[in-house]
Amino acid sequence: MGAFTYHKPATVGEAADLAAELHGARFVAGGTDVVVLLKQRKIDPANLISLRNVAELTYIDSADGLSLGSGVTHTRIANHDYIRARYSALADGARVVGSKQIRNVATLGGNICNAAPSADTACPLLALDAAVRILGREGEREVPIDDFFLGPNKVALADGELVLGIKLPATSEKSGSAYIKHSRRQAMELPMVGVAAWVSVSIGGSEERCRGALECEHTPDVIQLLQNEEVVLEDVRIAMGVVAPRPIRAREAEAKLKGQVVSGALFESMGDVAVSECQARDSFRCDAGYRLEMVRVLTKRAILKAIDRIMRPGREADIDLLW
Amino acid sequence: MKQEIQFVLNGEQVFADVDPQWTLLYLLRNVFGYTGAKKGCGVGECGACTVIVDGEATNSCLYPVLEVEGRHVTTIEGVAAPDGTLHPIQQAFIENNGVQCGYCTAGMIMSAKALLDQKPDPTEEEIRTAIAGNICRCTGYVQIVESIQMAAARMKQ
Repeated sequence: MGAFTYHKPATVGEAADLAAELHGARFVAGGTDVVVLLKQRKIDPANLISLRNVAELTYIDSADGLSLGSGVTHTRIANHDYIRARYSALADGARVVGSKQIRNVATLGGNICNAAPSADTACPLLALDAAVRILGREGEREVPIDDFFLGPNKVALADGELVLGIKLPATSEKSGSAYIKHSRRQAMELPMVGVAAWVSVSIGGSEERCRGALECEHTPDVIQLLQNEEVVLEDVRIAMGVVAPRPIRAREAEAKLKGQVVSGALFESMGDVAVSECQARDSFRCDAGYRLEMVRVLTKRAILKAIDRIMRPGREADIDLLW
Repeated sequence: MKQEIQFVLNGEQVFADVDPQWTLLYLLRNVFGYTGAKKGCGVGECGACTVIVDGEATNSCLYPVLEVEGRHVTTIEGVAAPDGTLHPIQQAFIENNGVQCGYCTAGMIMSAKALLDQKPDPTEEEIRTAIAGNICRCTGYVQIVESIQMAAARMKQ
């Protein structure tokens, strides 16, 4: 590591002042990305501004929707009962990042600012329609998360700007979400593909029979039985990771689903559309063709998992269930 | 330029003059001579450097040394009782062949201790999740998981 001065502001105001004063300074929160980059000499800043001691950035507020400070750790998100129940996709993403040691210090703000195409909280935040609170020289501004990610490790932050936190809209009883990380190992791994879905539904038939449907072993049976109960996808948001230079919304696939009764044919055609929205490429983790095949499977599963969470809310702990 | 920090190391208040570029791991090994925590990968992938900071298992190789100020750090050297009686987790690792070459052991035990301190009665899955960031290339993990289960059972008594 090159020599740097390490600053430890205690408040957001002090952090912002330091950033304005020290041109080219780098913020560091949990350090699990930044310290690695320093060690690998991929960055060489003269000044590091630590956000670890800024208590103002560690809030979790569920009074109106959900507001999270950028300094909230993945461990806190993964263990937070309300987030697991109402913003399940985000808890799903937070609990599969790195290892326990990493999650204990790595922050939500760090994960989105590092902006890896594979970031596990990125797809959940896209599907949950997050807004990013940013503090700049002219004061605070809010940016939709979809406008925040620009490319690999590139975000819409000017020099000296700081992410204060994220805001998620309120959710209704009849909405649910899920994130599925598709990887070869269960820890210390980046996804080959990641898919998050948020849905809100209306049910023409019986909710009880929908719950029964979800007990079925074979996915086509589940879908057929949900179709029989006229489960309508009133609103849908889908996000996909590692299929483009940045995590993306599958907006055309969403449009295909919106207002429709779930059915095998609907999922089939939705899968084609989702694939057409990807710009997947080969990497050492897997081929582009495999990624696209998995997009087909995982978009469907993420939606079913989100529906499952609406129908059987007490089972949110059962996150490893196939869909 | 060196800066002085003050923190609690294995229950004892200590001071050190540190370079901002150091990590907690460097401080432990090169200043305090506590070589239980190992440098494996140096980038937070292997867990051999795991120590407990303020109750949480942490990769000391990624922990900026100036952040140690005012915190409580526990290393493998502080796990046994002052009279040398091994901690139940250490004892269980020995009895259950949870140790082979030993390189991962200090980190593995610190991850296990952080888990059992917070959750005295973990499921097997919770144990596996807690040590998923600690790589062992010898044991195949089964004896390690069994060692932690044995320790949990004894600690409850």
